[in-house]
Amino acid sequence: MTTKASLSTTASEPTLYYPSPLREFWTAFSRNKGALAGFLYMLVLAFCALFAPWVAPFDPSEQFRDNLLTPPAWLEGGTTQFLLGTDEVGRDMLSRLIHGARLSLLIGLASVVFSLIPGILLGLLAGFSPTRLGPPIMRMMDVMLALPSLLLAVAIVAILGPGLINTIFAIAIVSLPSYVRLTRAAVMTELNRDYVTASRIAGAGTLRLMFISVLPNCMAPLIVQATLSFSSAILDAAALGFLGLGVQPPTPEWGTMLASARDYIERAWWVVSLPGLAILLSVLAINLMGDGLRDALDPRLKNAA
Amino acid sequence: MLSFIARRLALLIPTFFGITLLTFALIRLIPGDPVEVMMGERRVDPELHAQAMERLGLNKPLYQQYFDYIGQLASGNLGESLRTRTSVWNEFTTLFPATLELAFGALIFAGTFGLLAGMIAALKRGSLFDHGVMGISLTGYSMPIFWWGLILIMLFSVNLGWTPVSGRLDLLYDVPPVTGFMLIDTLLSEEEGAFLDALRHLILPAIVLGTIPLAVIARMTRSAMLEVLREDYVRTARAKGLSPTRVVVVHALRNALIPVITVFGLQVGTLLAGAVLTETIFAWPGIGKWLIESIGARDYPVVQNGILLVACLVILVNFTVDILYGLINPRIRHQR
Repeated sequence: MTTKASLSTTASEPTLYYPSPLREFWTAFSRNKGALAGFLYMLVLAFCALFAPWVAPFDPSEQFRDNLLTPPAWLEGGTTQFLLGTDEVGRDMLSRLIHGARLSLLIGLASVVFSLIPGILLGLLAGFSPTRLGPPIMRMMDVMLALPSLLLAVAIVAILGPGLINTIFAIAIVSLPSYVRLTRAAVMTELNRDYVTASRIAGAGTLRLMFISVLPNCMAPLIVQATLSFSSAILDAAALGFLGLGVQPPTPEWGTMLASARDYIERAWWVVSLPGLAILLSVLAINLMGDGLRDALDPRLKNAA
Repeated sequence: MLSFIARRLALLIPTFFGITLLTFALIRLIPGDPVEVMMGERRVDPELHAQAMERLGLNKPLYQQYFDYIGQLASGNLGESLRTRTSVWNEFTTLFPATLELAFGALIFAGTFGLLAGMIAALKRGSLFDHGVMGISLTGYSMPIFWWGLILIMLFSVNLGWTPVSGRLDLLYDVPPVTGFMLIDTLLSEEEGAFLDALRHLILPAIVLGTIPLAVIARMTRSAMLEVLREDYVRTARAKGLSPTRVVVVHALRNALIPVITVFGLQVGTLLAGAVLTETIFAWPGIGKWLIESIGARDYPVVQNGILLVACLVILVNFTVDILYGLINPRIRHQR
């Protein structure tokens, strides 16, 4: 994209006719109402996560022993002190959910970063060396894809033991193959373009070709995939927590909260419903954003999925 | 066609060995001493320790261990569970029908409603129904299914009392396992009402497990259908004066199904992963619950070869889908 933009800059009067790429992107993105709503929700969530200790009314592990399983404020028996009620040991649900956002976003972000970077590197290697490095790398990815992602994550956590770091690690490994495949596929098409030949003839080395000429043109599908795997990371982390293999209690992780709330399903619906609702809304918001991003960045894919 | 199948089969071999490497590594990557971890205690008696190392073959060099493992697999020996002392293969084959039954239920649910909803949404593009289907399917796609299961239990089992909370069959009934599929076994046993009871047990788990595939299939059918409806041959069929139903069902749907079948196949992985969660919630005695319990009990032979079996299953299904795809779509078959 950058190459094309700079070409057109020299060809004609640019600023009058062409909006900046960022502005162009924003116009396309904000036309999609769902994507905009998802984006706003994520902004609020990110704010809550960043400033959790100040936003949350209580400490997430503070137990109010006189207020066990208090219903939310709008129900009979609820108090305005605990807006969303309390759990089985009297901890404030709202505070726990807000602190949970912190963990979910952290896990999502960290696992995306830790799989995006090695994924791009491996994909570049596989794309630039289609006969030697490519096949072994791609076979390895096929092996990883043969296992359902959650099961692979479960297996990895079973080896390493449960916990926050291992959860991130497991999810990062699981989402690696899709980045490798996408990068490789994008690289393979780009390598046939004239501009690559041109920069080769101009004497560009392999590293320069990889990172400066080719990679920027492969970013659109990767960014879309990153948002998608961000949402599935949140889902998988919650699933691991729910199975007792993720972040351990009493840490207020959404999935872990659900697991311990299971016993109160008949008495206190809010303890079960709210953490799940938090997961659903966040994942939905990210997926809406992902759809918008895809349409804005890569219009060819508009009807693909 | 045969050479197409042969080429696909040849691709399976490295993948299979890769997976054996993975499951082989699995048990050896456990931090610390594997014997102590498996026995669940520190400082095992040195003699017992040596015996266990010997039994597990962990005292040999690594490459030797790997060849032993492959040899074992080739002779059909998948080891035995540390907990029950029964062979992993036997446990797998007794539990697998339960998972298969659940998965079939989920696919039937997802396939029927997904195809219908996607098709109607495509035909009424831009209508309220279309927007509704797309919104619901995006929500379904984002659903944490373990939570969805709990909500449905809360609503239909606890509050309304329509469906049982867990298991496959009420304890009242005594049904001999013939096929392992509860719906078939209850029909064979001629016990009054057992079949309906089994069906009532299956409905909620199948809906929960089918939710994500339903969403994916509905979205996929809609976009495939929209694509096909624009084709010239559909216009020709209309111009010939065929009835709208015939054009849609016979002409358009058939081609729209090609990508949908691929998605169906890809959903098998999702189904197996979802089965882990669904079976845990509904205490459904299938392989998902089995694997999770084995991990909890540090029953490593089961974890190792159970995962191997599941992976082989996924590979086989993907292979079958590939072949089916080649059968339906000649363009794929002749690709080099």
